[in-house]
Amino acid sequence: MVILFGLFLLTLLVLTAVAIVRTPNLFVAVMLMAIFSLLMAANFFILDAADVALTEAAVGAGVTTVIFLSALALTADRERVTKTGTYFAMGVVSVTVVVLIYATFDKPVLGDPNAPVHQHVAPWYLEQTPELIDIPNVVTAVLGSFRGYDTLGEVFVVLVACIGVQFILGASPPPQAPRGQDEQGLRHHLVPQVVGRLLFPFIILFGLYVQFHGEYGPGGGFQAGAIIATGLILHALLEGESAALKAIPPNTLLAMVAGGALLYTLVGVLGIVLGGNFLDYSVLHSNPVTGQQIGILMIEAGVGITVCGALLSIFHAFAVRD
Amino acid sequence: MTLLEQLPALQVAIPFLAVPLVMLLRPRGFAWLAAVVTSAFVFCTACAMTVHLLGGGHLDYAMGSWSPPYGIELRVDSFSAILLLVITGASTLALLGGQQSITTQIESHRQPMFFAAWLLALAGLSGIVLSGDAFNIFVFMEISSLASYVLIAGGPDRQALPAVFKYLVMGTLGATFYLIGVGLVYMMTGTLNLADMSDRVQAVADQTPILVAAGFITIGLALKAAIFPLHAWLPNAYTFAPHIVTVFLAACATKVALYVLLRFDFVVFQPNLAGHTLQFSYFLMPLALLAIIVASVMAMREKHLKRLLAYSSVAQVGYIMLGASLVSQVGITAGVLHVFNHALAKGTLFLAVACLALRLSSLGIAGLAGAARMMPLTMAAFVVGGLSLIGVPGTAGFVSKWYLISAALAHDSLGLLLVVVVVLGSLMAVVYIWRVIEVAYFADAPDTAASRPVPALLLWVTCVAAAANLYFGLATGVPVSLAQAAAGSLLGVAP
Repeated sequence: MVILFGLFLLTLLVLTAVAIVRTPNLFVAVMLMAIFSLLMAANFFILDAADVALTEAAVGAGVTTVIFLSALALTADRERVTKTGTYFAMGVVSVTVVVLIYATFDKPVLGDPNAPVHQHVAPWYLEQTPELIDIPNVVTAVLGSFRGYDTLGEVFVVLVACIGVQFILGASPPPQAPRGQDEQGLRHHLVPQVVGRLLFPFIILFGLYVQFHGEYGPGGGFQAGAIIATGLILHALLEGESAALKAIPPNTLLAMVAGGALLYTLVGVLGIVLGGNFLDYSVLHSNPVTGQQIGILMIEAGVGITVCGALLSIFHAFAVRD
Repeated sequence: MTLLEQLPALQVAIPFLAVPLVMLLRPRGFAWLAAVVTSAFVFCTACAMTVHLLGGGHLDYAMGSWSPPYGIELRVDSFSAILLLVITGASTLALLGGQQSITTQIESHRQPMFFAAWLLALAGLSGIVLSGDAFNIFVFMEISSLASYVLIAGGPDRQALPAVFKYLVMGTLGATFYLIGVGLVYMMTGTLNLADMSDRVQAVADQTPILVAAGFITIGLALKAAIFPLHAWLPNAYTFAPHIVTVFLAACATKVALYVLLRFDFVVFQPNLAGHTLQFSYFLMPLALLAIIVASVMAMREKHLKRLLAYSSVAQVGYIMLGASLVSQVGITAGVLHVFNHALAKGTLFLAVACLALRLSSLGIAGLAGAARMMPLTMAAFVVGGLSLIGVPGTAGFVSKWYLISAALAHDSLGLLLVVVVVLGSLMAVVYIWRVIEVAYFADAPDTAASRPVPALLLWVTCVAAAANLYFGLATGVPVSLAQAAAGSLLGVAP
């Protein structure tokens, strides 16, 4: 059954990808990309990777689409057709595809319990997590603690993306007074207004649930940050740019971006100060297991704050230039 | 834990702590000062680790106290130490001298973001070099790449944007290829730790995913390292970047990708894959030779000073690859040594360019007329850097060329050809450096009103860099012993 679903979804995925490449209308391409992400999320889900599925849905299908659309609002929505290099590009892509297919010849069968990935490091994580960290979601344990240094790096990837947008779009000061229509947002559209207002508290609540329930179920800082940012972007669309910026000023957003990353790094340094290694949470409490849980809670908070702040900050950087 | 044992983690943690502060605190000049202090601090930690590693061996660090392969391991050996010195040294010198140059090229309200991006590039590049974990390398590659795109896009010239977009597409492609390769290796070995991978690849070495992974990783990193013919992004990216950014990135960005390539190829694939040595002699060596010849020809024909030096960088990457592709102790020593020495030479040259840019209206070679009379010290530093690039005895460049030629002569069949190419490349370097010097020293100066004087600090830093070329040309002990130990550890011979 899983195989059947997988085949169905992957076929749709390939069709969507081809359609994205072929369409000259960028608006259509952005919408198709959202569909692509949603299909991808469904794929991850049937492979039992619920955490990844949640991230892909929230970031890929949700926030990225909004950011693409704000970028399109600044440029044109039709692609300038170029003929040069098309055949070369297609050649390179075809060769890559053929080589990748060749690579699958000797790959372990999907779900084979004897595959190397299920024999080496992964069983250790499954066995040791209850004892060392004592939280039900092993994925959170791996991302938050065992490979917490990677997650710290990813937080800084988000941070540098935010810095990049602020730096490059900050080249010329944005126009001071937004046009009248932006001022109103979607206020004169009754249906989005009512539905949006109804959804908003639930989106925020769900975001908080994902944030604080990450140790027990799928979720964590990345997903929660993206979900809460989606809710706030919805608010910005409904109430207009200036109302949204009045609610959370740009400087507060920057403080969130920097503060979350700082919190994460400080937790790491605290490990050194208390006599362990960098990002060693065991020393945070007299009981190492409790220490691990405190550490994961704190770094997840840092991740959530930075991701939420960065996504909003990037969105506003585009939106105020409309 | 003693402080020394914590140094590998601090190398990345300190810039990470500084970045949020630089973003948030906005008093005038604070961002620059904080960046300089941070950069100088990590330079000191790099030096401390180097001193410790001079006796051989390596420093291991278990992130979060989780032992590898379950946790992420940092692993610093002499090869990493050389790269760390280059990265942190280039960053510190460029920042120290660069305040004036940055102020003229970047508006003051954007500077905090600029310096934050700089520190992230520094942390990212250091993180790649420190890491002993294949996926962790990818994470830090993302940080350093995104930060370098931001830095390059900061230039006042609008042409920087298409240049950086090209770099972004190529760089992302390279990183994705690397990630595909790592994913395939993970599928077959179940580990991401490089040392552990090296042990476990053996059993599956003849299976298609591993073979394809080796290809993807090599090509992906070759793109990032601008190995000919995948260098198309480099010349314009270097040309239109802010001058100080060019100093920093030209000294270390491509070399870090080369480092990962050599580390991966020699540690994971070379001992395990049958016939992997042939990849070097049939594939990388011809490309290295072509890079030396073709890029030098391009540099000889180039009219813009920065692009000329950028093409020369593509040729120099060729020398490094040539040394490594000989797969011998002396060859790899020469390659690693050239990483260090080329960073010295190119850093000096681009620092001199940054000085020139403050006084001259254009950086076309014709625009340099009379520069030597106007700014004698700067041009003297340029000459020293140029001599080192050519490989004149008494400069740092000579040392690595000497090792390269002795390694080439030891090669069975092609030895003489290799030596001819190396010498030819050096002669072409004489030509393109001479073109600059001829105009600067012997062409009649147009009557121009005196513009801004070069700030003393920048001039001083440029002279220090030039002096370092001479110093390391004579006192070869430290870099050579580090490079020999690096070659030993890459080849799996205990130093």
